[in-house]
Amino acid sequence: MTRQQTNRLAKIAISLVAALVVLPTVFVILYVVYNGIGVISWEFLFTAPRSGMREGGIWPALLGTVFLTFGTAIAAFPLAIATAIYLAEYAGDNRLTRWVRLAIVNLAGIPSIVYGLFGLGAFVLFLNLGTSIVAGSLTLGLMTLPVVISTAEEALLAVPQEFRTVSLSLGATRWQTIRHQVLPHALPGIITGIILGLGRAAGETAPILFTVAAFYLPELPRSIFDQTMALPYHLYVISTQVPGMPLSLQYGTALVLLLVVLSLTLVATVLRTRMRRRRQW
Amino acid sequence: MLKTEQAASLPAAQAETTPSRRHSGEWWIEQIIRGAGLSTIFIIGLIFLFLLREGLPAFVRISPLNLLGVRWYPIEELYGLLPLLVGSLLVTVGAVVIAVPLGLITAIYLGEIAPLWQRELLKPLIEVLAGIPSIVLGFLGWVALAPLVQQAGAPTGLTAFTGALILAYMSLPTIISISEDALYAVPKEYRDASLAIGATEWQTIWRVVVPAARSGIVIATVLGIGRAIGETMAVMMVTGNAANIPSLATGMFFQPVRTMTATIAAEMGEVAQGSLHYQALFAIGIVLFLLTFAINSLASMLIGGGKQQRSSQL
Repeated sequence: MTRQQTNRLAKIAISLVAALVVLPTVFVILYVVYNGIGVISWEFLFTAPRSGMREGGIWPALLGTVFLTFGTAIAAFPLAIATAIYLAEYAGDNRLTRWVRLAIVNLAGIPSIVYGLFGLGAFVLFLNLGTSIVAGSLTLGLMTLPVVISTAEEALLAVPQEFRTVSLSLGATRWQTIRHQVLPHALPGIITGIILGLGRAAGETAPILFTVAAFYLPELPRSIFDQTMALPYHLYVISTQVPGMPLSLQYGTALVLLLVVLSLTLVATVLRTRMRRRRQW
Repeated sequence: MLKTEQAASLPAAQAETTPSRRHSGEWWIEQIIRGAGLSTIFIIGLIFLFLLREGLPAFVRISPLNLLGVRWYPIEELYGLLPLLVGSLLVTVGAVVIAVPLGLITAIYLGEIAPLWQRELLKPLIEVLAGIPSIVLGFLGWVALAPLVQQAGAPTGLTAFTGALILAYMSLPTIISISEDALYAVPKEYRDASLAIGATEWQTIWRVVVPAARSGIVIATVLGIGRAIGETMAVMMVTGNAANIPSLATGMFFQPVRTMTATIAAEMGEVAQGSLHYQALFAIGIVLFLLTFAINSLASMLIGGGKQQRSSQL
């Protein structure tokens, strides 16, 4: 075999492997859509489960996931943005900053189930919030911090240095510069980060197992101190804990969860692309 | 660079030009922002502290011999962590062995071979994969993949191998994106020089670009391990959850195992708060925390080291 033949062969092999890696994603999504689309109906989406969850819909779980996603946004947003501003605008190149960055890397690396344990120990038991939407949102919020911080920091750093220089030279203070010049330009990027983080949080199961998720609730939660059902946990329950569960309902639930999570990811991606295109500098 | 220069020159300028009233309100805002930045360190500490608070008693109340034993059977007060460690290790090693070569090759394709339109199509697809919730993949593993594994000849479909397959698939986005960054960081001059002396594209990729990117590939592997070892739901659904050390004789990978993460997730719902079993589960949490902390710190040290090396080369 000549070098040229080896070259051609290697390139074909690499392409094939890449296809093998990427194409299953399309297959996975189509497979869930194909098997689950049949049960999607008004009734499936907007009524509660019946007959030991073997009939009826997923409304309490869907609504619970919406509540938790909002709760996560409220819990993560302020701290994440402030941390991103600190890293992008204030932090010097010193040991402390390196420690903060190491902490963020490690926050991103902590297993989700360990967040669940922390949420149980700290929020549910120590702060005595009980298994509740607040406890679950705080746990998910902490878990989401690293994603939001790093995307928000990137967005802030992408604002050209000249904007700051000009603002400062006109006599604005550093905070005024950040508030009126840097933040508005970085806002779309920051929002992208938040939505990406929420997409992750909405699909997580392990952190909510012991902090908020309920196996089955006859009623919707009345306050943020109540438990709630949630889609990911509901999928786990009906696929492994309920014998004789119709497969179609399981696929339907998986499909709705997939749609919720992927639509959030899609919104974030579209926002980012549009933002990059519109950028003038 | 610009940022540090700015940081150095700013405070002096500010002190001279800003009116004091405006300055004092700002002082508070800046303190809050600084506090937020430092709070990340505080949060890591807090997480560890709460794990210790709930889990440390287990290390005192359970004898070391019991903890190092080969059986995890809480009803008989047997808390051997070994089968769970072996379970996590098997699944993780399996996943990394599958995912690193596939991820690296995909990164090579994306970075070195694929035309632009394919890259723009494939990269969002990989992001979509990263976004699929682990419970959905676990569910598919449970209803679709496990029966296939059983048909292929394993005694049951729920095995370490099934878990490794799902985990490998889940770690691919991490491994691909970091490998891709590593390949991208290899200077274009290396490729040009190699091609100019008559090497083919494949020779250039395999003998020049990949070796030059090896530190980044090591980082991708390390982070892949970190990602795989902490995964919970998908693993819990497809590995069969048998807390035994699989015997070597009959093919370790094709037996059910139970990981550390799955043990916590499966048992925490049923234990009384403060019981020995409860504390033992938190003790597993401590082990997991320390493992992932070590892995991620190692990776970020490697990243820092790599950067310095690169800049000193250029």
